[in-house]
Amino acid sequence: MPAYAIEIILNRQLADCLSMPVFITDTAGNLIFYNEPAENVLGTRFEETGEMKVETWSTIFKQQDDEGNLLPPDSLPLVRTLKEQNPNHKTFWIVSLQGKTEKISVTAYPIIGRAGNFLGAVAIFWQVKDAS
Amino acid sequence: MKITLRGVRGSIPTTSPHMSHYGGNTSCAVVQEGDCILVMDGGSGMQQFNLLEGTGINRVDILLTHLHLDHIQGLGFFIPFFNPENDVHIWGPASKTNSLHARLSRYLSPPLFPVQLRDLPCKLSLHEVGNSTFHIGPFTIDSRFVIHPGPTVGFRVSNGRSVFTYIPDHEPALGANGMLTDTKWLSGFDLAAAADLLLHDAQYSFQQYQSKKGWGHSSMDDAVKFASLAGVKQLLLAHHDPAHTDAQLDELFADLKKRNNYFFNYELAAEGMQIDLP
Repeated sequence: MPAYAIEIILNRQLADCLSMPVFITDTAGNLIFYNEPAENVLGTRFEETGEMKVETWSTIFKQQDDEGNLLPPDSLPLVRTLKEQNPNHKTFWIVSLQGKTEKISVTAYPIIGRAGNFLGAVAIFWQVKDAS
Repeated sequence: MKITLRGVRGSIPTTSPHMSHYGGNTSCAVVQEGDCILVMDGGSGMQQFNLLEGTGINRVDILLTHLHLDHIQGLGFFIPFFNPENDVHIWGPASKTNSLHARLSRYLSPPLFPVQLRDLPCKLSLHEVGNSTFHIGPFTIDSRFVIHPGPTVGFRVSNGRSVFTYIPDHEPALGANGMLTDTKWLSGFDLAAAADLLLHDAQYSFQQYQSKKGWGHSSMDDAVKFASLAGVKQLLLAHHDPAHTDAQLDELFADLKKRNNYFFNYELAAEGMQIDLP
């Protein structure tokens, strides 16, 4: 398989240096890398899973609003970024397969390469500290 | 194809007699097959040779990996530019912000240089490349962006029988944990995979690299590791640091050999070296 574009490789190398959970997808939303802090969110290790198809990793947790209603996929930052090739940000709740609930903010941005071509997207998960 | 190295020094030309074996001219290599001549980079190694004189050839193609000064400073002294009978083609990395012509003109214009690009008497054509494949004479050439500050490509030159890969400025080990060994995540891998000959950046010793991360260059150790991952047959370590004398380079290379045990040929590139590939 050909190597990824350097814009993707450099995003992974940056993610390796960060303490925020970072997920990198290709243009179809397949998860091609997640860093160590993201391993804690997913409950899996990248070394073990390798890349994950969008159908697989999108079911690892459910997304809910403050009232506990399921959020439609099109309202999620990463899904919107992949569709629109624009940055997006949103705060919501995630429920893991183990039933653990956590409030997070997600920032997603598109990776637009040197030639102006869309190469993939990055989602950063920010843990929201409870003000109370 | 016949490859002649005309400049293998990095960053700035050097003139010390203690550097005369490996040479002081910056990046330039000539690749020739039949009537087709490629000049890889336009460093100071490009000066003082009239490669078209008496050959009956009037076309030359210059392939620029990037526009840092040590890769273009010889352009103003490239003799074929000044003959109106010559066709000169320059291939260089594309940028979203400025054309290749505009970026080259920053150097080839006053106050940095008296002659402007548009005043060159030859028939000049500029071509912008990125992750591209193109053909020149008998050669198929692949260019790919590689990790180095600013738009920078490497080149894979194939004549259908042999492959010469040229990546003189490259830092594939940039990152928290150094070089990623999964080749899908390795900058430059597609260019170098199974090449017969790879000329690659090896500016620093292992120790020096620790304080130069992010400057865009490789340690000798990373260069041989990269070549090993790519499965190349022969490696030339190039872009020698301008502070390294011949004796120091020999010492660093001997130390590298002691610490690494790879089953392919690798050696230090030297100015004037010629390599024939079938």
